[in-house]
Amino acid sequence: MDLTVIWAFIIAFAVFAYVVMDGFDLGIGILFPTFEVGRERDRAMNSIAPVWDGNETWLVLGGGGLFAAFPLAYAVVLPATYPLIIAMLLGLVFRGVAFEYRWRDPAHRRFWDAAFSGGSLVAAMAQGMTLGALLQGIDVVDRAYAGSWFDWLTPYTLLCGLGTVAGYALLGSTWLIWKLDGEGQAHARKLALRAALATIALMGAVSLYNITLNSEYAARWLSAPEIYFVAPVPVLTGIIALSMIGAIRKERNSKPFWLALALFFFGMAGLGVTMWPYVVPPGLTIWDAAAPERSQIFMLVGVAITMPLIIGYTAWAYWVFRGKVGDEGYH
Amino acid sequence: MFEIFDALLLARIQFAFTVSFHFFFPAFSIGLASYLMVLEGLWLKTGNQLYLDLFKYWIKIFAIAFAMGVVSGIVMSYQFGTNWSVFSDVAGPVIGPLMAYEVLTAFFLEAGFLGVMLFGMNKVGKKLHFFATCMVAFGTFVSAFWILSVNSWMQTPTGFEIAANGQFLPGPSWWDIVFNPSFPYRLVHTVMAAYLTTAFVVGGVGAWHLLKDKANLHARKMFSMAMWMAAIVTPLQIFAGDMHGLNTLEHQPAKVMAMEGHFESHPDGAPLILFGIPDSEERTVHYAIEIPKLSSLILKHDWNAPLDGLDTIPDDEEPPVGMVFWSFRIMVGIGFAMLGIGLWSLYGRFRKRLYDMPWLHRAAVLMAPSGFIAVLAGWITTEVGRQPYVIYGLLRTADAASPLDAPAVAASLLAFILVYFTVFGIGVWYILRLMAKPPHTGELGAKRGDSGPIRTAGITPGPTQNPGHAETLPTQKEDV
Repeated sequence: MDLTVIWAFIIAFAVFAYVVMDGFDLGIGILFPTFEVGRERDRAMNSIAPVWDGNETWLVLGGGGLFAAFPLAYAVVLPATYPLIIAMLLGLVFRGVAFEYRWRDPAHRRFWDAAFSGGSLVAAMAQGMTLGALLQGIDVVDRAYAGSWFDWLTPYTLLCGLGTVAGYALLGSTWLIWKLDGEGQAHARKLALRAALATIALMGAVSLYNITLNSEYAARWLSAPEIYFVAPVPVLTGIIALSMIGAIRKERNSKPFWLALALFFFGMAGLGVTMWPYVVPPGLTIWDAAAPERSQIFMLVGVAITMPLIIGYTAWAYWVFRGKVGDEGYH
Repeated sequence: MFEIFDALLLARIQFAFTVSFHFFFPAFSIGLASYLMVLEGLWLKTGNQLYLDLFKYWIKIFAIAFAMGVVSGIVMSYQFGTNWSVFSDVAGPVIGPLMAYEVLTAFFLEAGFLGVMLFGMNKVGKKLHFFATCMVAFGTFVSAFWILSVNSWMQTPTGFEIAANGQFLPGPSWWDIVFNPSFPYRLVHTVMAAYLTTAFVVGGVGAWHLLKDKANLHARKMFSMAMWMAAIVTPLQIFAGDMHGLNTLEHQPAKVMAMEGHFESHPDGAPLILFGIPDSEERTVHYAIEIPKLSSLILKHDWNAPLDGLDTIPDDEEPPVGMVFWSFRIMVGIGFAMLGIGLWSLYGRFRKRLYDMPWLHRAAVLMAPSGFIAVLAGWITTEVGRQPYVIYGLLRTADAASPLDAPAVAASLLAFILVYFTVFGIGVWYILRLMAKPPHTGELGAKRGDSGPIRTAGITPGPTQNPGHAETLPTQKEDV
């Protein structure tokens, strides 16, 4: 396996880690208006207050890692999706400061709750649409974006945006099933069931749409012999989706969340199958955009040393704040 | 209103605006994280409740400043790509890895331990909590290390090769890239600036409360600690700044010429222009007040050493003189004012009247935000001074931007201005409101939510002292 492939997997891992970890933070933000003002909202927020910052750092690794490992992809995708990226960044500004501000200013807590929720929704939508814009293809001429202004705004990208919003809501609500008890938990269960149905429907719609986007994507999924290798992905996704709904209905505690993670994992795997070996379809493969070997090796040393430590202390931080919020919560 | 600007200028304004705003927060949180580490360490060592109170007082402020730093920092990490895509493409192989190291070794460390630092004292115990605080403080320093290495490489690029497609590629040694010639000087100068910025904020807050109640022991302690920093670090900082200047003279002489306002070469001893109005059109400094030959003495350690002026630099390689000239003087002026405060406090300490000098306290209040202004002025000096290049001598700023149209950049710039002034303006207001309350025994920490005021022996903080917790239920446990 060459270094470029290793780096493609590292970036994919960072993106996956970001999507699932900040996904449940953003999902809680998206669902925030449905929670009762007061204890329920406070607990929902406190369930992520100690970890959201670490979760968001994976976004910086995804962006910074792309810059370092595939600089050309970074230099093409960001101008192509400029309005989406700016919207996402500003959404994350509101979402991030709301964690602190809402406690410092009870008189305007409603406003910061709205900022928390609106910022989360905008960021999630923009992330999904950026993914859509990437999958539908980006025009590149002479190492630069050559498309026009609103290439990123199509029915397909909107569908991807909605799918991401629904998926994050699913992660957020299943996280809350795990972290809350009593009425808050019951409320989270109701939300999780609806979010699960929406996520499955939208995932299916995006997958079918993908196949119509271009013949290469279709060939990847539908022609022999590939179909024998890739068919397990949709089959397993379906099985996981069904057992997740079952777990929510049976009022399981942490199982719905873990199955939602698995659902995202297979969604990501499907994405990999669709895109491979392109980092910016339809023109740039991972090898076209890759940094030189010296950069790859230097960073690989860093990743090899730090990643086990990062995963270790991140897991420790989650362990410290384990259990239901409010039972033995944060006080 | 934006038609008159081109996309390049707008992109430059946007980067300058967002990075300047962002810089305020780490400049404060680097120093404050270390201060919190010192306070918690002293508390563990001495068992003195006073230090724990101060720790809890400042950690609330730290939490807000840190959140603002995080969200404004994420903007920076994407803006290289959104607005400077050509730069990202050609410089990515060299500076991308350094920034990836910043994420891996600093951002995760800070973020991973921040939750425990803010909310976890009861959960993990004192020693592990102190360890978490140390990790956050260490993380802020590591972050400064990497990002200043990147910036320094752009100022004094070394250790690279240029590929056929125009990309900068790393040479055989990463050491040469990371430890490029201006890096050690910039690192020392910037990190000390961050410590001084924090020290003057802490000193100003302490002085403010001393002016109201000079018997307040908490205010006394923080004022005294801050004044030690002012007295000891300011002279070191001035020395480090001088060394940094000499390094700049060696590698970026045009920047120093602009700082000094030297349009003409001086073959036998250049004067030090204290003040004046530089005029790039007429190539002169109007109303200059100058000390003959002093500039040569400072820069060359010889009264009569010849010093080149901007007349030796081609016009299209010359930085904007006025901005560099003024921002440099603002930075140096503040540096000497800080030194004055430090010496004044030593005098007060010597006379055993440190807490009984209202004029010193008033001056310290006035100087509380001075570090931020100095940091920004210094940043402008070094960044504008390396124009018209983004990678010094090799890649012009004008050639580095993304292929974006002016209306798109204008719209994003407007959005950033509106959002930053509102959101961060409010955040600063919350910080000032916390600072306006006197520190007291039994401070609450960053705790929030459906847990109430702490019950410590003797003192029950009332709702007015803890508005964030006013409507909540009391609990027995204590937390940070």
